[in-house]
Amino acid sequence: MTSKQLPHEPYNIIITGVGGQGNVMASRILANMLVKKGYYITIGESFGASQRGGSVMSHIRISERSNWSPQIPKGRAHAVIALEPTEGIRILKDYGNPNVILLLNTRPIYPVAVIAGEIEYPGLDEIKNSARDLASKVWFIGASDEAIKLGNPILGNIIMLGALSGVSDLPLENEDFKEVILSTIPPDQLDINLKAYDIGKRKVGLPL
Amino acid sequence: MPHLIESGEGAQYLLMGNEAIARGALEAGVKVVTGYPGTPSSDIVERLAKVAIKMNLYVEWSTNEKVAMEVAAAGSLSGVRSMCVMKQNGVNVASDFLLHLAGSGTRAGMVLVPCDDPGALSSANEGESRYFARLFEIPLLEPGDFQEAKDMTRWAFELSESIRNPVTLRSVTRMSHASGNVTFGDIPSEDVHAEFQCNGFMLDPMQGPALSMPVIYRHTEQQKKIKKAREIFENCPFNTYRGPDKPELLIITSSACSLYSREAIRILGVENTVGLLKLGTTWPLPPKLVKRYLSKTDKILIVEEVLPFLEESVKILAAESAYEIGIKRFYGKNDGIIPSVGELNPDLVAEALAQILAIDYQPVSDEYAEKAQRLATLQVPPRELTFCPGCPHRASFWSIHNALQLDGRKGFVCGDIGCYSLAMLPCGFNTLKTLHSMGSGAGLASGFGKLGSFGFTQPVLAVCGDSTFFHAAIPALINAVHHKSNFTLVVLDNGGTAMTGFQPHPGLEINALGEEVPSVDIAEVCKAMGAKVEIRDPFDLEGTRETLNQLIEDKHGLKVLILRQICALSPEKRAGKQYEMTIDEQLCLGDRCGCNRWCTRIFRCPGLVWDQQKRVTRIDDVICTGCGICADICPEGAIKRQEVA
Repeated sequence: MTSKQLPHEPYNIIITGVGGQGNVMASRILANMLVKKGYYITIGESFGASQRGGSVMSHIRISERSNWSPQIPKGRAHAVIALEPTEGIRILKDYGNPNVILLLNTRPIYPVAVIAGEIEYPGLDEIKNSARDLASKVWFIGASDEAIKLGNPILGNIIMLGALSGVSDLPLENEDFKEVILSTIPPDQLDINLKAYDIGKRKVGLPL
Repeated sequence: MPHLIESGEGAQYLLMGNEAIARGALEAGVKVVTGYPGTPSSDIVERLAKVAIKMNLYVEWSTNEKVAMEVAAAGSLSGVRSMCVMKQNGVNVASDFLLHLAGSGTRAGMVLVPCDDPGALSSANEGESRYFARLFEIPLLEPGDFQEAKDMTRWAFELSESIRNPVTLRSVTRMSHASGNVTFGDIPSEDVHAEFQCNGFMLDPMQGPALSMPVIYRHTEQQKKIKKAREIFENCPFNTYRGPDKPELLIITSSACSLYSREAIRILGVENTVGLLKLGTTWPLPPKLVKRYLSKTDKILIVEEVLPFLEESVKILAAESAYEIGIKRFYGKNDGIIPSVGELNPDLVAEALAQILAIDYQPVSDEYAEKAQRLATLQVPPRELTFCPGCPHRASFWSIHNALQLDGRKGFVCGDIGCYSLAMLPCGFNTLKTLHSMGSGAGLASGFGKLGSFGFTQPVLAVCGDSTFFHAAIPALINAVHHKSNFTLVVLDNGGTAMTGFQPHPGLEINALGEEVPSVDIAEVCKAMGAKVEIRDPFDLEGTRETLNQLIEDKHGLKVLILRQICALSPEKRAGKQYEMTIDEQLCLGDRCGCNRWCTRIFRCPGLVWDQQKRVTRIDDVICTGCGICADICPEGAIKRQEVA
């Protein structure tokens, strides 16, 4: 069984974003890293219309004892990874609580009504203030921008996973990441994924 | 999914519910697997198709669910285990055959796996497959977690063989598309031999012909099978109880709802007062077992999604045995404590429990909840569903919409199920005016097209996808031709069953196993029926619009326009952009242009962004797929495309 006791039983993580950001892939990598450590993992995913511009979220439940409901009860997230800024706030509305920690990718993906000029997307400062107001600790990470520098914006999800490994008490080890990611990507993509994971870790040096 | 076929008995993996069902079928030695794609069921057949050659399985994506069930039944009747997979709606399609099959009986184990979608997370309804079990008198199993999804699938084949009839294993979205730990069993390696023995005595269930007649005899036999299943269910390990010996309240539940109920009990800390009876066998109910637990308390809460199927069964049993177990107070859907629409979750069950037990339940403090609600309302924008950037449907509906506007006779479009259902929304210019089942756009159009003698003058269009064409549109089209109904069918041919993940269909030269197969040409099929057929590329906006107007004006019978362009999410399209798109900011007049921001406000491709600061349109290079068609809609020619070398 596991070497390290979980901070909560079960420990609840939500990864949220917009369809196409690699949300499902991120949740499965995280989950498989923890399965290797002997935990029971339950993932609940929103599918279907999500690829067509909608909000997506994955609920990940980590337990030493059993599988749990694939939907986390309201107000019971322990950590939230937001691949898109306003989606982080959307999640905190339902699953947040004063003790939740939040890792937030700062690059927006505008909904159609915003790009159509019908409604305005909030300023990043406003979102940051809300995030600080609703979570106990927040890390703002320019994951998409870093990923674009690496040559592919989809790597934002891996950067955010790296960031989580840097701030949470979960046993997320580089070796496990390497092994799990290798089973999902072509071998020639390994280096860039490892690099992305490391960037995420480095980005969470200090809570802002 | 490389480990799906690993032999390692006892090894533990993280599997989706659908993968667990696929593994369970492999452990049962399934040989024939069929289905029609539909969320949330598709992964089961997909995963098995990938290992089919290695495991010597026959796997096919059938033309529709009725055919899928017939093909699977042929396996069972020939002595090889078979499984048939579909989303709930598919059972409606297959039901006519299923009724007869339940009468004729099966031979080798045959399992029907419908995946329901409570809450319609990716469906156009929240229909129920559970009622078919009662309607057709076949057993119904519902796994309550991921391990059970595997183990019960394996067991379902044995059950089917012990009663010689099909068994239904019903999943739901939150089981099929959720993941959890699953410990593997072994995969058998024995050879099978397929032969349909049909020359024996007429009533011989294993050697005679497979018939649902003589009806009264077969129906009597079928009811004996159900009686046997009921007896087996009395001692089934998938019916479990957890809780105190004399609970104040008993929850009876099944499926993903058992996970919600367990969590709700924990949230409220009522483990010592609330008992949880989780049933894996929900039709027919094992009466002795259920009565035993009903006897433990006077208050019963039934937790299930959508319709009160389990509630009705339990109440009938309780009424019949009231003289033994006493009068019970029931809570559930009929009294409104559990919602009768939408999916459940742990909170809804906790709220129901809190109400019955008069406990105060509040997930977070009012202060936090109000603050979070206020900030979210202020800052979180709605995300309307839209066609993907580069989606051919946006182009198709742009042309259809414009053609109908130009025509000016209040024409409309009848739709059906596919990504193009979204054309009822602004992303499809609200063009779609009817939405029902697969192929129903064509059927409705066939009816609208016959109303001329009652003064009906509106032009009628129907749309269907390429896979839907084969699934259910063909009978409606034959009907239209034969009855000289006047309408235009637009086949939105995007080269696969795109919405569910590019499963092949009869129009393609490849099958589920990756083999080269003959394709059936949609245009030739329509021509053979006697329809007038045109083919266009929907990215040719003007040519498509012109053709549409010509077809709409032609008042003689069925016209078919095939709009052929591959889905933007297909591997071919994802490989690279055809065009690099740019905006000439000198030419874009922004607010001053008479177009009133046609590109960003009306055309609404996510790759086109209205720049609030510069007051011009810009291209989002990350989102844009380079399909190039927006260049054709800008009246000033400000959107430029350049072919990527």
